[in-house]
Amino acid sequence: MDPYSKRKKELPERPPESTRPSPFPDEVLELVLGLLKSNKDRSSVSLVCKDWYNAESWSRTHVFIGNCYSVSPEIVARRFPKIRSVTLKGKPRFSDFNLVPRNWGADIQSWLVVFASKYPFLEELRLKRMTVTDESLEFLALNFPNFKALSLLSCDGFSTDGLAAIATHCKNLTELDIQENGIDDKSGNWLGCLPENFSSLEVLNFANLNSDVNFDALERLVSRCKSLKVLKVNKNISLEQLQRLLVCTPQLTELGTGSISQELTERQYTELENTFKHCKNLDTLSGLWEVMTPYLPVLYPACTNLTFLNLSYAALQGLELANLLRHCPQLRRLWVLDTVEDKGLEAVGSNCPLLEELRVFPADPFDEEIVHGVTEAGFVAVSYGCRRLHYVLYFCRQMTNAAVATIVQNCPNFTHFRLCIMNPGQPDYMTNEPMDEAFGAVVKTCSKLQRLSVSGLLTDLTFEYVGRYAKNLETLSVAFAGTSDWGMQCVLGGCTKLRKLEIRDCPFGNAALLSGLEKYESMRSLWMSSCNVTMNGCRLLAREMPRLNVEVMKEEGSDDSQADKVYVYRSVAGPRRDAPPSVLTLSGI
Amino acid sequence: MAYEGDLNLKATELRLGLPGSDEPRKKSTPSVRSNKRASPEISEESRTRSNSSASIAENGDRDICAPPAKAQVVGWPPIRSYRKNCFQTQQNEAEGTCMYVKVSVDGAPYLRKIDLKVYKSYPELLKALENMFKLTIGEYSEREGYNGSNYSPTYEDKDGDWMLVGDVPWEMFIYSCKRLRIVRGSEGRGLRH
Repeated sequence: MDPYSKRKKELPERPPESTRPSPFPDEVLELVLGLLKSNKDRSSVSLVCKDWYNAESWSRTHVFIGNCYSVSPEIVARRFPKIRSVTLKGKPRFSDFNLVPRNWGADIQSWLVVFASKYPFLEELRLKRMTVTDESLEFLALNFPNFKALSLLSCDGFSTDGLAAIATHCKNLTELDIQENGIDDKSGNWLGCLPENFSSLEVLNFANLNSDVNFDALERLVSRCKSLKVLKVNKNISLEQLQRLLVCTPQLTELGTGSISQELTERQYTELENTFKHCKNLDTLSGLWEVMTPYLPVLYPACTNLTFLNLSYAALQGLELANLLRHCPQLRRLWVLDTVEDKGLEAVGSNCPLLEELRVFPADPFDEEIVHGVTEAGFVAVSYGCRRLHYVLYFCRQMTNAAVATIVQNCPNFTHFRLCIMNPGQPDYMTNEPMDEAFGAVVKTCSKLQRLSVSGLLTDLTFEYVGRYAKNLETLSVAFAGTSDWGMQCVLGGCTKLRKLEIRDCPFGNAALLSGLEKYESMRSLWMSSCNVTMNGCRLLAREMPRLNVEVMKEEGSDDSQADKVYVYRSVAGPRRDAPPSVLTLSGI
Repeated sequence: MAYEGDLNLKATELRLGLPGSDEPRKKSTPSVRSNKRASPEISEESRTRSNSSASIAENGDRDICAPPAKAQVVGWPPIRSYRKNCFQTQQNEAEGTCMYVKVSVDGAPYLRKIDLKVYKSYPELLKALENMFKLTIGEYSEREGYNGSNYSPTYEDKDGDWMLVGDVPWEMFIYSCKRLRIVRGSEGRGLRH
């Protein structure tokens, strides 16, 4: 039974014990259910009976909302009265790639206003792809006296002034995690706004910021915060400054360095080496901006217990990577730039037997003349050496069906397979055939596959395979692929666990869109842009399925009948009222 | 090497060919949607995959301001703007930096200037210096410096000290070298003791 198809529930009064059939007092039930952490488990539990529904609602302290428009803050507050931690996701994922207009929505303010009244003891807020203004940050800082943890990932709309407000007013702050946001970096001394006696910080990540922070304030801060576990500085922090910070923080488990480009004297180099020798607790290392490779060896002593190494901002060559990896025997997750080339990936295969996740980002994604980067050979080499690999994100300029078949044969446990052949619609470069068999091999072999991104020249056959075999697939991303409506129909008909489907530049039209009529209520969302869907198709969908929000983003000067960008999602909150003029909300009425 | 690097335009420049080349691109444009399609039916031409490296050839993509033969597709490859901007900045900073240093040679009437970034290694640099000043510098050895010639290349580092060229790794050298001086005869050998 789909919980979203229930009518809005008022949270009833607890009935007196004598009239209830349950063998447990509410308090016991709540205590037991309170131990459940997984959202899925809680969801299941809430469906058992009314008592369990109520007990689960009363005992829930963390709520995860994958689409901020699927529900309203009032509904959330009515159902879960005791929330202390909220995770909210806003814009469709393709907004990361500039496919969504800037003023699209997902503003946190309306949520904060309700939370201020219903959850005044809110402690944690984690936002992804939301619009957050400085005013909202100040509102947050002033209205929630227990507020502890703020995490902003891929958000926009705020500046360092907003961070200053948080620093000034949040007396109990333990976590400030600012990642990959579109910040208006006004510089200014936001860090210095933290009070002089403030010492509760456990997580500080300001790698996102381009401007200088007040280093003295930072140094004093980290020496006071004895519980600091995560420190990720920005590229303006030099090696020497980093060393001074590390001397105060031997207990760090996650470190994001600044630039590794400062010139050091021999004495400084030795001191730095010694400092890193004392960082034995590190499990995560990132940053390494503008790395000057002669200095990489200072890091080696700190790598003994590393499980996650993020080199995706460091343009290393293959040999340099190889040397570094020899010192990382425990590595589980590795992110690199394709400057390491196939040679570097061979070193990964040789040195990282425990590797579970690999992401290879392109250093020059927009220059098609460059014939560097990684090829199918690198990926194959990794698959031979890293049999536990289950998560891969791989950007390349050439691939073959045979290579992918070998890869999944070596690593059949893929849960996340995201392959991006950067030239749209490119076939197998050896056989000139479509890449259908590659993804066919993936879905046939990897029965645990949850997430798939396809690329290259693909016909409907790929999607036939996906629909037939990918029975655990939850997220599918498709671009420049497919031959006809049939492809999309196969996916919608076959992938029973599908939750998120995002499609761009494919020849799927109304027939495909409408074939999923029954399905979209069991999914989080559907995105289709630059396909063949028309306004009439969207209107029909909206009319047939009143509990879906069907939104169309029109582009300037486009044909009236074309639905350029379509975003469909289930909601118990009805059509949204904050859409900008460029977003048409098609009502079912 | 000349760069129009002052406005970081290089990163977003839409070109028809390799920098410096006059040949227009032969590749057709990647799939870019025409917004004028009236019918929901897929037209035959849009479904055809014309050749090995092209997908749908379209025209009139509204997302691009200038109309070049090769259009850069919006939001493709799917890299987050943050990462895109981050790395472009780094690259442009690196590309834009020149490392011109003065070079003096004992006995020469005037100084020269060279861009250290042009060279990838010591041998390349030394060869260039030999050509520029018509002299022989000879082979570097850790123990004896530049034996076998009258000249020794030295440089002034960031601390103001005069060092023998070749002792430190190349990358460290180019970041710390402020000026070069090619000294003559016994003066150069003196640095070794």
